[in-house]
Amino acid sequence: MMQANDLRLTFNPGTPIENPALRGINLNIADGEFVTVIGTNGAGKSTFLNAVSGTTQVDSGSILLNGIDVTKKSAHQRAHWVARVFQDPMAGTCEALTIEENMALAFKRGGKRGLNFALNQNNRELFREKLSVLKLGLENRLSDRMGLLSGGQRQAVSLLMASLQPSKILLLDEHTAALDPKTAAFVLELTDKIVNDNKLTTMMVTHSMQQALAHGSRTVMLHQGQVVLDVSGEKRRGMTVHDLLNMFEQTRGEKVEDDSLILSQ
Amino acid sequence: MSLIAFFGALESGLIYGLVALGVLISFRTLDFPDLTADGSFPLGGAVAGISIIAGVNPWLACLFGMLAGSVAGIVTAWLHVKLGILQLLASILVMVALYSVNLRIMGAPNLPLLGEQTVFTSFVTDSNGYWMRCLVIGMVVILAKLFLDWFYNTETGLSMRATGSNLRMAQAQGINTSKMTIIGMAISNGLIALAGALFVQTQGGADISIGIGTIVIGLAAVIIGETIIPAKRIWLITLAVIIGAMLYKLFIQVALSSSALRSIGFGPQDLNLITALLVVLALVLPKAKSKVLSRKVRAS
Repeated sequence: MMQANDLRLTFNPGTPIENPALRGINLNIADGEFVTVIGTNGAGKSTFLNAVSGTTQVDSGSILLNGIDVTKKSAHQRAHWVARVFQDPMAGTCEALTIEENMALAFKRGGKRGLNFALNQNNRELFREKLSVLKLGLENRLSDRMGLLSGGQRQAVSLLMASLQPSKILLLDEHTAALDPKTAAFVLELTDKIVNDNKLTTMMVTHSMQQALAHGSRTVMLHQGQVVLDVSGEKRRGMTVHDLLNMFEQTRGEKVEDDSLILSQ
Repeated sequence: MSLIAFFGALESGLIYGLVALGVLISFRTLDFPDLTADGSFPLGGAVAGISIIAGVNPWLACLFGMLAGSVAGIVTAWLHVKLGILQLLASILVMVALYSVNLRIMGAPNLPLLGEQTVFTSFVTDSNGYWMRCLVIGMVVILAKLFLDWFYNTETGLSMRATGSNLRMAQAQGINTSKMTIIGMAISNGLIALAGALFVQTQGGADISIGIGTIVIGLAAVIIGETIIPAKRIWLITLAVIIGAMLYKLFIQVALSSSALRSIGFGPQDLNLITALLVVLALVLPKAKSKVLSRKVRAS
């Protein structure tokens, strides 16, 4: 369960390049909810995600995960509750380490790391089992360096890594944006499966309105650092991109100018 | 090259093998350009030196030297992770500061240890010194290597490798990257200081200038080792850099003994030049090798 209360964040305050990225974001996500977050460029989607993960500190407001106030905690301290898949496949994994070493790192997320061997027969078997579900043949390539995998393969493994340990919130940061359409579809299908199987509370930022409506149970739209739309349940079922655009126009009195947001698959 | 000269090179190569292991941790694993070595090498020697003179068991003196080096490494890491000072700059600052610290510890620019107990005293006789010292130092190097091989395979060791490979991802996995950097730098400079402690016992004294060029030798050893023995597995990588250090020292000895080079005026003052040329060669050879290979493949 996640609660974001009145988050505010300004980059470079008091300078000519001042940028109020978050202007009071309020969002509550219940256990097991799968929320998609869309927004135009500069709406504050990534900034919001970074604020929840702890990568960026907010100026004011609070973030609670399962009732615990994590606002002042750093990214590594929040890792106990937060799982994350980055947009850049290179950024989400260690390319110099092997597949099994990357998984071993994710396996210990939120736990204490001591002087036991990071890899042993037991967890290798577990990793092999988990990887075989992807049907990419990676379960036979455990000792290959991560850098040898393609972007799509790395994102798939990143998703798997994010689900190795329980989390209070899974953050997906436009995780298919850097992939070709076919691979993106594969990763999205995998996302749905993993979220469903593990009943993960998920927040998926996406730049595609179509994607936002096709996945999850609730869609939130950000615009200029605030939440302007929040649809779920009956109202959301059967909604099209066109409906969403009309809703935005009605609420804000302006049209969505961002072509890629409307048109991307 | 005489037998004595050969074993002398081997002995030096083994000592700098420890330096190479330290450089492996900072430069390669943590991706932390660390110049503290030029200060922590003599620091280890100085602390071990005064401990020996004070009557401390020479092995314990080595331990004290190693701990002193670790503290230097911790300071460098702390300057970077807590105060945000650029890694290279932080290490240079500590290296410069250690010059004064080392002078204070020794009380003078040099510290003679002739006649004092060393780690070699109980093993060495008049006739076997030249190879016995290699054996003793070799034991220490093997222990250090085995420790690293084990450590890199532990959860903490893996966290350290992740810190150097991808900081943001490591943090996202719950790793305290600041702590990992500090631990890594402590181990790295501890090993380099241990090398210094052993060095002063082979030389019969500590001197303020023994640290100059330590980092260059360490880097040369790592680069030569990686080029000669390209490896992915940890135990082979650590072996490679130790062999790299020994090869480097042997090469230098060959160059110094060569009558051909001596006749054209080459001497000990050209050591740094030879080192630089050797490192350039070591960096260029693998690329040249793969170019020749790919040309052969295309031709066939």
